[in-house]
Amino acid sequence: MVDKAQIYSWLEEVSDPEIPVLSVIDLGVVRNAQIIDGDWLITITPTYSGCPAMKTMEEDILSKLKEKGVDSVKVELVLAPAWSTDWLSENGRMKLREYGIAPPEHEVDKSVLFAEPTVVPCPKCGSRNTRMVSQFGSTACKALYQCNECQEPYDYFKCLK
Amino acid sequence: MKNEALFRFLLRLGDDSLILGQRLAEWCGHGPILEEDIAMTNISLDLIGQAMSILDYAGVVEDKGRDCDKLGLLRFESEYVNLLLVEQPNGDFGDTMMRQFLFDAFRKPLYERLVNSSDKQLAAIADKSLKETRYHLKHSSEWIIRLGDGTEESHTRIQNSLDTLWRYSSELFYSDEVDNELTKTGILPDLSGIRSEWEATVNSVFQQATIVIPTNNWKFEGGRLGRHSEHFGHLLSELQYMQRAYPNMQW
Repeated sequence: MVDKAQIYSWLEEVSDPEIPVLSVIDLGVVRNAQIIDGDWLITITPTYSGCPAMKTMEEDILSKLKEKGVDSVKVELVLAPAWSTDWLSENGRMKLREYGIAPPEHEVDKSVLFAEPTVVPCPKCGSRNTRMVSQFGSTACKALYQCNECQEPYDYFKCLK
Repeated sequence: MKNEALFRFLLRLGDDSLILGQRLAEWCGHGPILEEDIAMTNISLDLIGQAMSILDYAGVVEDKGRDCDKLGLLRFESEYVNLLLVEQPNGDFGDTMMRQFLFDAFRKPLYERLVNSSDKQLAAIADKSLKETRYHLKHSSEWIIRLGDGTEESHTRIQNSLDTLWRYSSELFYSDEVDNELTKTGILPDLSGIRSEWEATVNSVFQQATIVIPTNNWKFEGGRLGRHSEHFGHLLSELQYMQRAYPNMQW
């Protein structure tokens, strides 16, 4: 008997196409899996409104579950509640750091206007002496930083709340 | 149609995002530095993503089988109801940042209120978009200050940008029977505080940027009713090209 836990464990094998080290479960985009009228309904939510990876994730989820023998599956995209970086799993944060992307810091200051950039430790050498190069990085969810100690340029998975 | 006022409101909201997103996308590959090229296209992507959610929902409210692609790409010029501000040409980088700043400073307090709409889907779209808009406003504010309080050249040019674009700012607060109807039926929360909040942001940033608001009172409006500036047709010809040349194409 396939249950929700089983579905979730299979979805651990579906990765974010742009950050392949993260699964859709780590990323927190899978919000629910339930049986409605005999079909599995997987609910997902976008990280950013225009995230071009959502369509791919939807297709990957469908094909992964088909591969596991679950044929009647639907994927539904919902906007509420809005995704936040708090939904990234601890496991996901660890994987990001190992991959060379700094995970989101728990930013306290919500006054985005004129707030100083967050201190983001370098994922390579661990130094806190780093600087923000740009608020916008290689994908919608990332900012660009550089380490002042080891000079490593790196992506920061920016905080979204 | 279940709610015509809501449909018209959503078109206005969605068209603003779509058209500004299209303008910013024109910068792709032409940014003054790589980081800004990436920033402008990121913001464009957010705006086009928001437009897709909003116009898809407008299609649901309209109930005539139109989705975001049909509404976004297959209307005629006079059927678009975006602000004149967002269709203005990119000009130089300062013009683009000024257009963006005047818009972001308006969008943030607007979304902050729409989060409390009694319409669940509109509230959900606003909640999602607000998080992105905060980053946009931070980015554009910082550039206004940096350019205004920068070199003599950058100061003069960003002041010129403000002088040129200011005339389109009053339309941000255009209001008519669409808003009245939605406020009466409780779908829209009270939006009256947006203008003073926008003025506070704008004044604070311009003060730090050492630039001043022009004293003439020229105003240009009409976008909300489908009357556009001469630039709009050119923008649409590019935006709609693929769907017009290859009807119903998908990719």
